[in-house]
Amino acid sequence: MEDFQFASIVVSTIRNAPVLIFAAMAGLFAERSGVVDIGLEGKILASAFVSAGVAYAYQDPWLGIAAGILASMALALVQAFVSITQKGNQLVAGIAINIAMSGLTFVVAQYFFQQGGRTPDLGDARLGDIVLPGTDLVADIPGLGWFYGHVIGGHSVLVYLAFLLLPVVHWTLYHTRFGLRLRACGENPHAADAAGISVQRTRYTAMIIAGVLCSFSGAYLSIVQSGFFLRDMSAGAGYLALTALVFGNWRPLYTVLGCVMFGFFSAVQIQIEGVDLPVVGRIPGSLIQMIPYVVTVIVLAGLMAKSVAPKALGKPFVKSR
Amino acid sequence: MKTTELPRWASGFVLPLLNLLSALLVAALVIHLLGESPVESLQILVNSAVLNPEGLSYTLFYASTFVFTGLAVSIAMKAGLFNIGAEGQMYLGGLGLTLAMLSFDATLSPWLLIPLAIIASAAFGAGWAFLPGYLQAKRGSHVVVTTIMFNFIAAGLMNFIIVKYLIPEGDQNPASRTFSEAAMMPQLVQWFPSLGDTPLNISFILALIALAIYGVVVSRSSWGYKLQATGLNAHAAHYAGVRISRTIIVAMLISGALAGLAAVNSILGSTHYLSLNFPAGAGFIGIAIALMGRQNPIGILLSAMLFGALIQGGFDLSLEKPNIPQETIVFIQGLIILFCGAMENMYGPAVLKLINARRTNKG
Repeated sequence: MEDFQFASIVVSTIRNAPVLIFAAMAGLFAERSGVVDIGLEGKILASAFVSAGVAYAYQDPWLGIAAGILASMALALVQAFVSITQKGNQLVAGIAINIAMSGLTFVVAQYFFQQGGRTPDLGDARLGDIVLPGTDLVADIPGLGWFYGHVIGGHSVLVYLAFLLLPVVHWTLYHTRFGLRLRACGENPHAADAAGISVQRTRYTAMIIAGVLCSFSGAYLSIVQSGFFLRDMSAGAGYLALTALVFGNWRPLYTVLGCVMFGFFSAVQIQIEGVDLPVVGRIPGSLIQMIPYVVTVIVLAGLMAKSVAPKALGKPFVKSR
Repeated sequence: MKTTELPRWASGFVLPLLNLLSALLVAALVIHLLGESPVESLQILVNSAVLNPEGLSYTLFYASTFVFTGLAVSIAMKAGLFNIGAEGQMYLGGLGLTLAMLSFDATLSPWLLIPLAIIASAAFGAGWAFLPGYLQAKRGSHVVVTTIMFNFIAAGLMNFIIVKYLIPEGDQNPASRTFSEAAMMPQLVQWFPSLGDTPLNISFILALIALAIYGVVVSRSSWGYKLQATGLNAHAAHYAGVRISRTIIVAMLISGALAGLAAVNSILGSTHYLSLNFPAGAGFIGIAIALMGRQNPIGILLSAMLFGALIQGGFDLSLEKPNIPQETIVFIQGLIILFCGAMENMYGPAVLKLINARRTNKG
């Protein structure tokens, strides 16, 4: 019994993390370029709805994912236009997008499907799990069968994509010309500008990448995890991803570790609900839910490690003459 | 003479109005795409929220809550702080009020109960804002991120407290027990019978008083000067002798207290019990109000009434037009924040050009 619980916590941690990883990596690109991305939540929600809606209408999950990318990218471009071209308040733009999407996805879902802001079940249009070759062969071996079939194998393509993102993002950020320029724009845009880099273009590119990455988070929620869209189904995932980003000090590895840790907490929360534990008794899920936020506040307070944001974060770039 | 800066009437009145119109235009487009007539929808909205006395009274009831959350966000903004945590602070304010009422509503008279409720909600709201303010002032942790965290922590904590301790025995509904009659805010219908049977209560008058105090303190007192100096340029303010961290912490405490006070209207003015997630986004509407009203007391009042009207009119609109559910108002709220807050100067250059062109013509 003990082992079974541990096993399902491990598996659901792996399944919870991708939502956060996609969104956090999206935020990483935006914020390392100097644009605050509070609008992750709204982009997740929009792409979750559009992905599910299109996947249902055409009975094709891939078309759904593609449509989700477009939706999330469009919102990222609105954010980019406000933050970069208009030099407006980036925080406000993000919050506006979150609130607007919370309303709009419900209204449109209601208009098309009349199910209280929900899309119908996707059925076959859901993205299936990959069964690795040889799973049947090892299935009966204790330990290995579980490990091969459920930890390494047995997930959707998007789960692998999420974890693959870590080396790719790390490489892009630290070992390519674009990554160097991106970080320069986030730390000291004037120096980047003087070196002949277009701050505007770099930030726009970063926002488009953020839009694309964030859409996978939404698509994963609706067409992999649940198999339908539900109003406000992102339930703070965008903010939690942002939390992981702050927690991970705006670095890919630590941010992904943060995402996995938060995924672990929500897996534990589901397992522990209503179970009598030795010594402490029952721990309500609502208290476990708070842990990621409390930990991040402690980190922010500088009590555990210092979290340092990109220097030019949130400041519109005004070219000096 | 060419000017490079907009006159006050333009930046304070024309620009917000243009931005508001842009937001409503986008909303009208969406309503049109949903197959409904925007003009007819606007008529229903205005009829139900403004022209009908009972509707107007509901509008003012919602506005009383929004004035407080709007003031909460505004005063923090004056100090250069973006308090996204009004939602959580209002939630905790509701807890303070509820604890006070549960302990004393059987014994004390209304004359003592209501001031007690006001003090308790303000104290709890301020308490919830203290840590983000302190961390911003002393440790440089960005108040935006910490207040977001505190919203989520508040949601978890309140869920725990309500479910574990406040539900009366045998009840399933996640809410505290109903308070006694003595703890009700006096309703304005007693003095103005034409308002109809609505929850509009003296909180509205308290809101007007709060607006007046805010106006005087922020723009006419020496503390208000320090507050604005801190917000405009903390380095210069520090050089002029303002104690920055103290100003930041006090501004956040007042901001939290104002957000907490919003709970008085929503709980004691209407439901008379604490329920799960009772702020229902009022804290976030406060952000829209502060941005649209440009932190000016009259602007805050007008924006609060606009949002009150949108909420009230939205109810009736959703009844008459099934394709325009209540959530449309949430969408419009987002649009207003986007246009009036994030892109507030979008029309600035064009208006400036227009003014300059007219001046050259005259000259």
